[in-house]
Amino acid sequence: MTQLASYRLTTRTRTGTAAGLAALVLIAVGIVLPAFVSRSVIQDLFYILTMLTLAQLWNLLAGYGGLVSVGQQAFVGIGAYAMFAGVILAGWNPVFAILLGGVAALILAIPTAFFVFRLQGAYFAIGTWVIAEVTRLLVAQWKTLGGGTGTSLPREATGSILGVDAIRALFSVREAAARDILAYWLALVLVVAVTGGIYWLLRNRLGLALAAVRDNTEAAKSVGVDAGRLKWAVFLLASVATGLTGALIFLQTARISPDAAFALTDWTAYVVFIVVIGGIGTIEGPILGVIVFFILRSALADYGSWYLLSLGIIAIVVMLFAPRGLWGLISSRSGLHLFPVRRRLAGPKIEGGH
Amino acid sequence: MILKLENVSKSFGALKVADSVTFAVPRGEALGIIGPNGAGKSTLFNLITGNLLANAGRIEFLGRDVTRAPAMERVRMGVGRSFQIPQPFEGLTVFENLLTAAAFGRGGREAEMVEDCARILDETELLKKANVVAGTLSLLDRKRLELARALATDPQLLLLDEIAGGLTEGECKALVATIRSIHAKGTTIIWIEHVLHALNSVVERLLVLDFGRVIGLGAPDAIMASKEVREIYLGLEV
Repeated sequence: MTQLASYRLTTRTRTGTAAGLAALVLIAVGIVLPAFVSRSVIQDLFYILTMLTLAQLWNLLAGYGGLVSVGQQAFVGIGAYAMFAGVILAGWNPVFAILLGGVAALILAIPTAFFVFRLQGAYFAIGTWVIAEVTRLLVAQWKTLGGGTGTSLPREATGSILGVDAIRALFSVREAAARDILAYWLALVLVVAVTGGIYWLLRNRLGLALAAVRDNTEAAKSVGVDAGRLKWAVFLLASVATGLTGALIFLQTARISPDAAFALTDWTAYVVFIVVIGGIGTIEGPILGVIVFFILRSALADYGSWYLLSLGIIAIVVMLFAPRGLWGLISSRSGLHLFPVRRRLAGPKIEGGH
Repeated sequence: MILKLENVSKSFGALKVADSVTFAVPRGEALGIIGPNGAGKSTLFNLITGNLLANAGRIEFLGRDVTRAPAMERVRMGVGRSFQIPQPFEGLTVFENLLTAAAFGRGGREAEMVEDCARILDETELLKKANVVAGTLSLLDRKRLELARALATDPQLLLLDEIAGGLTEGECKALVATIRSIHAKGTTIIWIEHVLHALNSVVERLLVLDFGRVIGLGAPDAIMASKEVREIYLGLEV
């Protein structure tokens, strides 16, 4: 028998620490960036950050929880509509009304989970899509919020958004530009909270449980993991954050319609593309994926349907030749993990254990 | 008695896979279960662990009725199991497989489980491969991992499902030695196995299942000499 006094658990790596410091610097740069860049750059960054948030949340569902949903647009849409309802019907300040987006998404997620958790695999995916479509059709009947054609945030509401006056004074910009800066900062907060939250979750013992359930639900139950409760928790958490993101996206546009808010292509297909090409089941994957997606979008957006065809072909090629995505390819060749979650046993007699 | 089954039955449609199964296991015993393929041996394990719920009858563990208790509750009470076909968490390392079992099976913090996981890995000869991803393991190491992961839940009752199947003679001997040492420390074991010489070198009693019914229960020598068992299980004309 081996002397077992000196074994310890370690997750920390030098690369991880360096990446953590780099992330802090990036966040700080992100906060002060509006002072140095144009409004169009802020708008582009807002798009990147919100898509990254949605991608991290979908990755949490599919990559870690094994819940391949194609109905996340339901929570983007209901979150956005709840924010509009808070502003138009209850007279809330739009910034506070974003929180209603999270509440509405939670209220929708509970019955959704009740139905779709009875389905497995492809049937689960179809079930989520059906619920998203039903929600879109129901919201389109809501005449007070513009019915099928949609509505805009009232001028008096967009003119009095909390913090906009302070931003105007700080950066000497017009009201519309100040609104974009506020939305960008809120998107930055959201993406940091979501990415940081997922990273914390994965380093917590719940991260082990999630991986166990994803790999083998029956075996996970047999070692004491409450697989059912875990799936519920992940689904509800992802839905709430998706609802908040949806509310923020449509706060920035200040205009909503059922087709835009519940768009399968915009809020699920692109998000799946980002995660798949970046690398499913990793935190780094969606970050790389959203950068690649944005470059492709900028380069190909003028080519109409060729744009979508190109995205599809790229996704297929990546799935065939790098099934773990671009980050999977990079990390398997270099051993690089910017957000290390692997628990390593360190001690004598272990291969690479010192 | 650590485990008691009274008239436990389970059917899938018209197919009866457990038919009024009744037996009890005293604490510290090693009980072997044999029977032809499809006799309902693994189903019986699933009923004991809670992966399947019985249609009728009563299952007691440590004197408590657990017939309707979910699998995770029974694990926390002290029922550990291995699967016939190894079911590792393939994306996790060997150590992480054990850490998951220890943290959830016992309900403790990860850091408190490290020394115990290292000890179990050492006992099951997996310590060297602690940081290897489980999906890349050989069959023998997967079998060892099944055993190690079950032990990490700190079971009072350990259920082993054909853990020696598919192994070479040498590998089988090594695994039997490990199981024997676990039993020697007082863990109650119920072991389903077709490799009879391995099974009989460890167990004190044998239970024979056929079509979901218990057709024999007793000392290995007496069971193996039974005419009915030899006809049904070994296919010998007596």
